Amino acid sequence: MIASPVVILGARSDIGRALARGYAAKGAHVILAARGDIEADRRDLEVRSGGQPKAVAFDVTDGAPDAFFAGLGETPGTVVMVAGLLGDQDRSASDDAEAARVMATNYEGPARYLLAAARAMNGVEGGCIIGISSVAGERGRGSNYIYGSAKAGLTAFLSGLRNAQAKAGLHVMTVKPGFVATQMTAGMKLPPPLTAQPDEVAKAIIDAHEKRRDVIYVKARWRPVMAIIRAIPEGVFKKLSL
Amino acid sequence: MTAITGWGRYPRIEAEVTRPASIEAAARGEGLPRGNGRSYGDASLAPRAVDMMGLDRLVSFDDQTGLIVCEAGLMLSDLIDLMLPRGWFVPVTPGTKLVTIGGMVASDVHGKNHHGAGTFGEHVAWLDLALGDGRVLRCSRDENADLFAATIGGMGLTGIILTVAFAMIPVETAMVRQRRLRAPTLVHAFAAFEESLDWTYSVAWIDCLASGKDLGRSAILLGEHALAQELPAGAEPFARPAKGKKRVPIDMPGFVLGRLSVTAFNKLYYAAQRPGDMLVPIDPYFWPLDAILEWNRIYGRGGFVQYQCVLPIEASAAGYQQILAAIAAEGDASFLAVLKRMGPQGLGMLSFPMEGYTLALDFPANARNLALLDRLDAITVDHGGRIYLAKDARASVATIAAGYPRLDEFRDVRRRYGLDARFSSLLSERLHL
Repeated sequence: MIASPVVILGARSDIGRALARGYAAKGAHVILAARGDIEADRRDLEVRSGGQPKAVAFDVTDGAPDAFFAGLGETPGTVVMVAGLLGDQDRSASDDAEAARVMATNYEGPARYLLAAARAMNGVEGGCIIGISSVAGERGRGSNYIYGSAKAGLTAFLSGLRNAQAKAGLHVMTVKPGFVATQMTAGMKLPPPLTAQPDEVAKAIIDAHEKRRDVIYVKARWRPVMAIIRAIPEGVFKKLSL
Repeated sequence: MTAITGWGRYPRIEAEVTRPASIEAAARGEGLPRGNGRSYGDASLAPRAVDMMGLDRLVSFDDQTGLIVCEAGLMLSDLIDLMLPRGWFVPVTPGTKLVTIGGMVASDVHGKNHHGAGTFGEHVAWLDLALGDGRVLRCSRDENADLFAATIGGMGLTGIILTVAFAMIPVETAMVRQRRLRAPTLVHAFAAFEESLDWTYSVAWIDCLASGKDLGRSAILLGEHALAQELPAGAEPFARPAKGKKRVPIDMPGFVLGRLSVTAFNKLYYAAQRPGDMLVPIDPYFWPLDAILEWNRIYGRGGFVQYQCVLPIEASAAGYQQILAAIAAEGDASFLAVLKRMGPQGLGMLSFPMEGYTLALDFPANARNLALLDRLDAITVDHGGRIYLAKDARASVATIAAGYPRLDEFRDVRRRYGLDARFSSLLSERLHL
């Protein structure tokens, strides 16, 4: 069961758009939350679904999460946190403001918004919170450990929130998409067997949501890949170019 | 930099590709607009390309008139999935649904109903075009009509198509009532087409390796959208049987499509085309090859070239005798050969179809076949015909100039709006469009 409304936080991203369409196609009432103008996406969803999707302004780093949920005018049934920022490792390592932005966008902001979501959703039947974390959070690598560490924080947060809310009946799901062909990764050379399309990610999330799974990889191949990466002894790992 | 090719995988270039996420960003885009890369040759290739695939939003739909307004990067497959269950279909569809609406306008695609419905461009009510200098103009038959006529079939060379409005057609089911005829020779095939002009859809699969008395041996498929009352009782009118998608896993070595194997295949295929009527689901009827993902790999790493020409009606019998004889005599096997009756020329300056017959077939890209295609060009030009830019990767400037009498008008529109300086492709450079 999918509890409406479904609030997509970060609805302008490729995954956010695909999720909005996927949920609307399931008949859910969708609320798009994004920075900037998303009227075109809201209208698209309206024409596609025949429903009445809403669009609201949202910035994961603005620091007023309770006010955001109070302003929705309805109690969310499902909240999906898609907002995130890959950033550039070299820039983040040399520029404190950039590092702060990556950390705030991938950990602090999402965690605070989802805490507020859990407060707002207190007692909602069939409620579900979904966080998009990352395989990058499973082990810090030289090439993206600032992003990765923030995602590690988010993964731990989601695990804790799931544990804390289990008795109250609020389901929490962690998603590790692996590589996804999106605007965020445009121009990067991604290995095709491990790279998912946004539509594929959305479908995997919605399927897993209906089955109330706890933690998912979008492509099953990531499970053994990450098991190997986690198993490499630190003494060897630190010398690899990863 | 990203390597990009057309669907024929020949030629290939390194390009700087940007991917706008909004209409506003696309209107500021610099470079050649590119959709799903399904034109076969070099039409979508340029050192700087604007990937339109992120612009796939619907803007409005009027369920009284069928008028739909959408962003140009919307995939036809997406639109069909969305609208067919509500009883709406596109007025014209090409042989694949893995194309964008903008690409359908730019190539002014035709379908099996061209003899009655014309090209896709004929159904476009208006479009918004970014000229690359900050201007965005609404173009239609009444407004900026010169740009409209240049953009329909304009191969992306008149600016970036942002939004398209066109009328969809109502259908009662997701099935086609198909009638199959066999034509033992080319003359029989022409006669069958001429007698079937009142059918909405018609197409022939032609065995290009048959020669002598069998030259032009074809299976002709006619079709009408099935009415609800024609379905078996209790059938779900818009159900589309889900077939597993097959993928060509590797580049095939050249011998797989050798002459002997294709000759045998074509013979069997022809024999299997028993005449008769049947109901066929819409997907295999219109888009049979979409079920085989990456079918272009069947031709191996060297890629392939698709050849499509059209000859005027009065020249078709003589011209195609020569063309088919040339292919049967010396061509490598062609996996696919399709013959189709076309209706009158439309409004697009570089629109391909003209009243007559079109033949489409493909060949592995090698020196021998390329030489054969030059001979086919000569026969086409001699008979007053032309070849299709969306499929071309190798024709000469002279062949194109001879086939497209409105080319100067097209060039003039490009010059007048400064588009020639801002939009070019390997195709336009090669053919001086």
